[in-house]
Amino acid sequence: MSNPSASRYFIPQPSLWPMVGSLALLLMASGAVLTMNSIANGGFVLLAGFAVLFYMLFGWFGSVIDESEGGNYNLQVDQSFRWSMGWFIFSEVMFFAAFFGSLFYIRVLSVPELASSAQQLYSGFAGFVGTWPTAGPAAEAAKTEFHAMHATGIPLLNTILLLSSGATLTWAHWGMLAGKRKQLVLGLFLTIALGLTFIGFQAYEYYEAYNHLNLKMTTGVYGSTFFMLTGFHGFHVTLGATMLIVILIRSMKGHFTAERHFAFEAVAWYWHFVDVVWLGLFVVVYWL
Amino acid sequence: MQASHDTHDHAHGDHGDHAHHGRAPGLMGWFTTTNHKDIGTMYLWFSFVMFLVGGAMSLVIRGELFAPGLQYVSPEFYNQMLTLHALIMVFGAIMPAFVGFANWMIPMMVGAPDMAFARMNNWSFWLLPPAAILLTGSLFVPGGAAGTGWTLYPPLSVQMGLGMDMAIFAVHILGMSSIMGSINIITTILNMRAPGMTLMRMPMFCWTWLVTAFLLIASMPILAGAVTMLLTDRHFGTSFFNAAGGGDPVLFQHIFWFFGHPEVYIIALPAFGVVSHVIPAFSRKHLFGYTSMVYAIAAIGLISFFVWAHHMYVTGIPLTGQLYFMYATLLIAVPTGVKVFNWITTMWRGELTFETPMLFALGFLFLFTVGGLTGLVLAITAVDIQLQDTYYVVAHFHYVMVAGALFSAYAGAYFWLPKWTGRMYDEALGKVHFWTSIVFFNVAFFPQHFLGLAGMPRRIPDYATQFTDFNAVSSIGAFGFGFSQLIFLWVVLKNIKGGEAAPVKPWDGATGLEWTLPSPVPYHTFEDPPVITEEHLAAAH
Repeated sequence: MSNPSASRYFIPQPSLWPMVGSLALLLMASGAVLTMNSIANGGFVLLAGFAVLFYMLFGWFGSVIDESEGGNYNLQVDQSFRWSMGWFIFSEVMFFAAFFGSLFYIRVLSVPELASSAQQLYSGFAGFVGTWPTAGPAAEAAKTEFHAMHATGIPLLNTILLLSSGATLTWAHWGMLAGKRKQLVLGLFLTIALGLTFIGFQAYEYYEAYNHLNLKMTTGVYGSTFFMLTGFHGFHVTLGATMLIVILIRSMKGHFTAERHFAFEAVAWYWHFVDVVWLGLFVVVYWL
Repeated sequence: MQASHDTHDHAHGDHGDHAHHGRAPGLMGWFTTTNHKDIGTMYLWFSFVMFLVGGAMSLVIRGELFAPGLQYVSPEFYNQMLTLHALIMVFGAIMPAFVGFANWMIPMMVGAPDMAFARMNNWSFWLLPPAAILLTGSLFVPGGAAGTGWTLYPPLSVQMGLGMDMAIFAVHILGMSSIMGSINIITTILNMRAPGMTLMRMPMFCWTWLVTAFLLIASMPILAGAVTMLLTDRHFGTSFFNAAGGGDPVLFQHIFWFFGHPEVYIIALPAFGVVSHVIPAFSRKHLFGYTSMVYAIAAIGLISFFVWAHHMYVTGIPLTGQLYFMYATLLIAVPTGVKVFNWITTMWRGELTFETPMLFALGFLFLFTVGGLTGLVLAITAVDIQLQDTYYVVAHFHYVMVAGALFSAYAGAYFWLPKWTGRMYDEALGKVHFWTSIVFFNVAFFPQHFLGLAGMPRRIPDYATQFTDFNAVSSIGAFGFGFSQLIFLWVVLKNIKGGEAAPVKPWDGATGLEWTLPSPVPYHTFEDPPVITEEHLAAAH
């Protein structure tokens, strides 16, 4: 504990965790390059990278939790964490913006352009109609059929699940603010259950798409945008659910007080963020 | 300030004094350090090493272009050199250099004990070497490195070998580093300022970095998305950039430049910040028009998100689009002009002296303005359609990147070196470094304007014989410029070994909290917030 005085800003001890994290990313990147190019043993390097990454995450977040429970974080540090989480979520918003932007560009510009009279004349794509959803001129020329995912059914159910999970999370927050630990734990548990159900449904939807709808990542631009947007969202929900599980365990251990619970709030912000992204997905990927 | 340092030492008597009195010995100390000064030093050395690596690659390019015909390298290798040269210079040299300045200076400028997240700060730095390994290592894999140019345009980038994948992952890792670094800088500036250091009294370098960090957080994830789509197009059968699947290669250009144009200002704004410290110090006046400088920075940052397609006039965007992007681009000249005129008026009736930092700052002012003006020429659609992908563009952005950003980084390095090492650098050598740099820079890059206007295309290892003379001149300048940079290495090494001790404030016109600290700066500074007085403020009104 390098800052004994509560008025001083906490500066952590020298730490090897960042170095471990860098090693993990180097292994993951190298492993991914080898695997994607079908070079022997790439998978092992990739797995080793993930193993080192998880080791780092456990160790690093473990020390942060210890420092927090040890009372090292004064209000100024708490405020720093709040700023940083806000900006981190903003960076995530911009990451999704790249994919939403691509979807809009493809639907508004590139597909209509490919179906335009100029392209009909000069490209090899004669006869391409370009009605959304489309797998593109090549698939249409080859008469490859696929079915788009309907908004009603699982996606609508998933919307209800995620919105409810936002409500249960807020209810858990109220419980913490009122000092009702049971309500906090129950609310978190319900939120996680709803989140995991969402992920399960999403996996089922992918299974259906690949096995019964002939809808794959290779299904032209519709498949590309559908799987990349919902896939990255699903990955973020998984991440959020994992963080909620950590918060649940910490809550059961008696961490957090009505006044000091930044970690809970950060995860809650993150969860609402994936919720909002889902609403965007529901409207522009599934519905329109 | 010395007093607060002492208090700190006593306060730690009972906590095992190994922890907080300095870096752990040896390499492990550098691996694990959470000290912003250590991390700043590592950033600066890393960027200089990468600058030499990227510079060596540019000499391969200029060597090949010394005469028409193919003499030293194959066209494929030439393409890999120009791609890695750009990626390494942008992401490995210039950006880390200014992050190094930010790490060293921002906590001292705002009166904070360290960066807001000292341990994450270490990770931001140590993510750079893996990325550098991936980038440079890609030269040695089958098929070689990416040869697409730093813009990584499909369809070429979808067709290349595994060197391209390594570049993609390197970009991912560099993006993570930048985002974490930026969050750290924003949080430090917003939450760690000493009492009394209000935003509008903050040193200009902090202001430029605040806006830069915002630009990075907003634009790096977009680049990550773009290269992720490249990766899935390459390996997982998606069709984002494939017309047969309904996608469009031009989509990549839109996403890339939505990142790429703010990136230009990510590089330029901190350079503006450094110059805004150096020029007032050697003019012995306060910075002219502080408030307008702040608004100009914010305006440049904002507009930079709305001009990206001026890189894409010849991709077939509609005429209305061309017009919009032309006018929006020209609009950036207004806040940039505000800054240039403010620097000039800062010098007006000042007591000017011309030590090395000031020389580099003035070199910046002249040559960056030249680069800015050729930028205006290129912004005009009708002209750009003629000049797109010619050497005129190459000349333009090297005036901005080298004479702009790099000269500013040198100005900053000479300016703060006495504070960092506690010794004065060799002024005569510094001046030699400046004059050789600025002369050879112009010899190297000014003729490229003429080559571009005459129609010489960029990114081609061979050229028609009428371009020979200017190319030979340009190559001579490039080699001269390259070797001149070793003088800087000599100056720094000499400075580290010895030299005249630097006073607390070696530049009598300098203002700001960093000049209240001893030279060299103690390992820990401002652990208790300092009291801000008018005379500390770089921005006194």
